[in-house]
Amino acid sequence: MKPAAFDYVRAESVNEVLEGLSKEGGNARVLAGGQSLMAMLNMRLAKPRLLIDIMRLKELNRIEEQAGVVTIGAGVRQAALLAWPELARTLPLLALALPWVGHVQTRSRGTICGSLAHADPSAEMPLALIALGGEVHLRNARRRRRVAASEFFLGMMATARAEDELIEAVSFPSPGGGCAFREVARRHGDFAIVACAAVATPKGVRLAVGGVADVPMARDWPRLDRSALDDALNGFAYELNARDDVHATARYRRDLVRIIGRDLVREVLQ
Amino acid sequence: MTRLSADGRHPVRFKLNGRPVEAEAEPRMLLSDFLRQQIGATGTHVGCEHGVCGACTVIVDGMLTRSCLTLAAQVDGCEIQTVEGLAPSPDRLGILQQAFRRNHALQCGFCTAGILMSLDHYLRRHPAPSEADIRDLLSGHLCRCTGYTPIVKAALEAAAELATTTQEKSDA
Ligand code: FES
Ligand code: FES
Repeated sequence: MKPAAFDYVRAESVNEVLEGLSKEGGNARVLAGGQSLMAMLNMRLAKPRLLIDIMRLKELNRIEEQAGVVTIGAGVRQAALLAWPELARTLPLLALALPWVGHVQTRSRGTICGSLAHADPSAEMPLALIALGGEVHLRNARRRRRVAASEFFLGMMATARAEDELIEAVSFPSPGGGCAFREVARRHGDFAIVACAAVATPKGVRLAVGGVADVPMARDWPRLDRSALDDALNGFAYELNARDDVHATARYRRDLVRIIGRDLVREVLQ
Repeated sequence: MTRLSADGRHPVRFKLNGRPVEAEAEPRMLLSDFLRQQIGATGTHVGCEHGVCGACTVIVDGMLTRSCLTLAAQVDGCEIQTVEGLAPSPDRLGILQQAFRRNHALQCGFCTAGILMSLDHYLRRHPAPSEADIRDLLSGHLCRCTGYTPIVKAALEAAAELATTTQEKSDA
């Protein structure tokens, strides 16, 4: 359980990161908090030739709020966001979801953007990004672009980031109305069997579900009466194509989606 | 830009429990291995090597850190605390360590170094924790011996004692 050999670069500017990525492409990996990547390296599920450490770059360690949008830089650790005094006011969904990300001992190091880059289907940050309709800010040596949450996650641990791109930041719009979050895991901090987030929208509600499909998925619904909501939840539960695995059966996952989904939708529409 | 080549050994320097240390490491060397093999500080234990068990937990620049998910090269210039720094002197245990001993909060001791680091870090910042707080913190550690109950008890006792005394007690 030791990583294969790689060169290590401690970047002193974003340009150095972008240069490294453009030269080495798929053979380079960006190292931020390391809470997913280092485990992948130890298990040799990833064998990059070059690691580019971005954690000494102050310009990536920023949280900014502007016109109802909160932008979080690639160097911002999960614990730092959780401790940000404006979090409950601007992004109440993240205030609810962050305590479920790993453990105290991993949130202290892990970053928000790192969790998005890793794109584990049961992870809370990708789920929150989908629920709030945020954007991922990507940059390579030539240009910057933004990718909507719904287009960023392509599959299990696969994203729209090109090999030469750095996730520079992520932005989350502040929701206008209520939100709710709930997760079921074997132990607190373990991977979610099902995690759900609901956010009030101008017309009704959006429900996002993680841990079931290969990517977190969301549905927008108007205000529905009880039986219409149950039908919608049931349809969604099946569309997620749950599978049996060692943690839970597909049927149990569908049950959780129906039950938690109904509770959360009611909670935000109250 | 600092680039450390994969096949070379490079000097890594940091403060360990207040004292400067220095040794060489390949870029791929984990902090856990660096501490144990290069520095000889074997108090930090290694269980799973993928971030799950918590045995290797240390404190880097004030942050609880899995040393198995951290490269030695990453902590160059940092301040690190390990279990070796907890006792006030070689023949005395700290308040938290004494509480562990009284409550049988360890059996084999494999998990203990990491749990002590988490609790020490936490109790300094949260002097009046609830049982639920302690259990939440312990969710980041695996202990296969104690069933956790004695650890929770020891942590709460230590918190109470730390609140009433600022002076370290000797167990001699
Ligand atoms: S050895 Fe580091 S968490 Fe298990
Ligand atoms: S005392 Fe043996 S694993 Fe905890």
